[in-house]
Amino acid sequence: MSTILSFFNYWVVVALMMIGFYCVIARGNMVKKIMGLNLFQTSVFILFVTSGKVSGGSTPILREGVEIYSNPLPHVIVLTAIVVGVAITSVGLALAVRIQEAYGTIEDDHLGDDDDDERLALEDRQRR
Amino acid sequence: MSDNGILRVVARFLIPLIMLFGLYIQFHGEYSPGGGFQAGVVFAAGWILFALIYGLDNALKVISQRAMYILAAAGVLLYAFVGLLGVAMGGRFLDFYPLLPSPHAAQQLGIITVEFGVGVTVATVVMLIYTMFARRKSEWEAVLREDSDP
Amino acid sequence: MNIIDLMPFSVLLPLIAAGVVAILPGRTLPWTVTFLAALGSAVIAAFTLPAATEVTLSYPFGNWPPPIGIEYRVDAANAFVALLIASMASLSLLWGKTSVNQEVLGRQGPFYALFLLALSGLLGITLTGDTFNVFVFLEISSLATYALVAYGRDRRALLAAFRYLIMGTVGATFLLIGIAFLYTMTGTLNMADLAERLPEVRDTRAVRAALAFIIVGLGLKLAMLPLHLWLPNAYAYAPNFITVFLAGTATKVALYVMLRFIFTVFAPDYSFVVLPLATVLMVLAVAGMFAGSWVAMFQVHIKRMLAYSSVAQVGYMVLGVSLVSLSGLTAAFLHLFNHALIKTALFMAIGSVIYRIGSAKIDNFRGLGRQMPWTMTAFALAGLSIIGVPTTAGFISKWYLILAALESGAWWLVALIVMTSMMAVVYIWRIVEAAWMTERPADLPAVKEAPLGLLIPTWIMVALNFYFGLDTRLTVGAASAAAEVMLGPGFSGVSP
Repeated sequence: MSTILSFFNYWVVVALMMIGFYCVIARGNMVKKIMGLNLFQTSVFILFVTSGKVSGGSTPILREGVEIYSNPLPHVIVLTAIVVGVAITSVGLALAVRIQEAYGTIEDDHLGDDDDDERLALEDRQRR
Repeated sequence: MSDNGILRVVARFLIPLIMLFGLYIQFHGEYSPGGGFQAGVVFAAGWILFALIYGLDNALKVISQRAMYILAAAGVLLYAFVGLLGVAMGGRFLDFYPLLPSPHAAQQLGIITVEFGVGVTVATVVMLIYTMFARRKSEWEAVLREDSDP
Repeated sequence: MNIIDLMPFSVLLPLIAAGVVAILPGRTLPWTVTFLAALGSAVIAAFTLPAATEVTLSYPFGNWPPPIGIEYRVDAANAFVALLIASMASLSLLWGKTSVNQEVLGRQGPFYALFLLALSGLLGITLTGDTFNVFVFLEISSLATYALVAYGRDRRALLAAFRYLIMGTVGATFLLIGIAFLYTMTGTLNMADLAERLPEVRDTRAVRAALAFIIVGLGLKLAMLPLHLWLPNAYAYAPNFITVFLAGTATKVALYVMLRFIFTVFAPDYSFVVLPLATVLMVLAVAGMFAGSWVAMFQVHIKRMLAYSSVAQVGYMVLGVSLVSLSGLTAAFLHLFNHALIKTALFMAIGSVIYRIGSAKIDNFRGLGRQMPWTMTAFALAGLSIIGVPTTAGFISKWYLILAALESGAWWLVALIVMTSMMAVVYIWRIVEAAWMTERPADLPAVKEAPLGLLIPTWIMVALNFYFGLDTRLTVGAASAAAEVMLGPGFSGVSP
């Protein structure tokens, strides 16, 4: 019991990581894949934040009467990583929207590489 | 959604508060938790709420897509400019100490300017992402309508 | 201004220029600014290399001293890679002007801004001495690359970009997990600081897991064999200019960071002892050499064929690393440089053909030898280099790889290297045969020679292939200096 509670954050990290990674691999739907990717990244953020906690420490803000405070660096790192995550999500969703427009579906299993060069080049020229 | 009275009243009350809170986070970032990124996102959230309730066209009257694009680049360039100013005044890149004689004032000036650049870029980029997705949808629906009844 | 103050500007110049280029109108202006920025960063990198070979340069950002602040730490190894990246970018830009005008319609400002972001990201990964900074720059360059791949002319580019995004992000997140473990165990992110503090905690499971995560994450970016699936489609369907740029730079940077982690952050007597890394890398490298060349022999789409050949060539580089010796690492660095020259030349030649005929299918290459003689000759000469014919750059790197293998007593590796080179003969010959030995069928349209804007840079690259095949002072000197720095002073083999 104590192993579970004292390492609670790490159990959450592992669980989230596995759920996220499973979603990325096993789901065919591109939006679900991106959601899985987000979960996967979130688990790493929790791992980072957990490493910055100092037991008994307060928030790392300069003020009177505070001697012990948590390490602020992981929070900054996680903030940067969140920004990266937002960028990846928006690029991924933008691609998913354009795939939906081009193929009419975002189920990865329905999409093959069997397109023909010539036909596509022709369509491309007509669109211009 | 624009015809729902409750939404309109609540939004009219909330949006200024959200934007004010965004500015608070922006300019207290060097003393308390906050900073350019959080502020930019909160500020843009206010605008997006406005766009959701009053329509994208009205929201784009407040700030046009072209203006967002230019502001996004300008924020990055402001950041780079402050960084280069440190180099020009004899320090390293992003070195704020040479900016002013007093070290504390120099750090404060540097970080506020840099974070302002970050805030502007983040706010406009989040607005841009929203605008592009929202526009795409309306354009796409127009194409579908054309296809169904020629 | 001395070289230390100038050095970080090879990253900052493209980064700042990206902000400017994004809002520039038209087509010529964005290209000009982009080219000047890339050229500027190549010149700075060229000045950095000799200085960094003498003494390790360190540049603290914002004047915060290293373990606290972010530091750029440049020695012979990363100065060499940075020079390669920046000059390949400038050369591909020279070629890219004509090609991009055909493939990217309308405003080109955003396109070139993305290119500059990708370039500065790759240079940032190379020069930085901070592990988290590696992650951030890796994501900057990757995100820009996903968007650039999606610029490709048909809809399969979107699919390729999406799959690249998923795999690339998983790889980068693996790297981040590794960095998180290292940070948790040591409390520092600076590479030099990590190298000092890791020995205290070297026998913990977390550090071992960190090494494994980092190698898998970077292996994805490097397109090491079982993790290469994103590469062929991303290369095949991206705009030609982007393929040319990526082929010479992206995987090279990933290999460099992997070496930096294996050899500098974790000492070689840790990474090769705790995990059976030498064996794993050697097996994957050989498998990659064979599988890549084998699949390349049957490709109909020529850009895909060259992409699979890249997977094989990554195998050669990793093979050099897996020998864990000074000569093996020298061979890896040499091939890193020479392969960038070869693949850029090959993709430039193919891109010039695609510019005219609009297709990359081998059937449409029939009889082109007489209609586009200059382009196809350039392709054939660059093909000699990838096969490894003497007097070409490809020969030099294979020669050093064979010497390194013999030095380690692994004579059977020599046989494998020769066999995969034979396979390279096959896939290059297929195109040469189609271009020269068959008549142009009547139903295929006649084509003109490629425009000079494409031909001249292609021939510059071909000439460089032969120049570095004959005069090896610069490449071998820089590569062995890089290998020495990587292994550290007093390295004398690893005994598992």
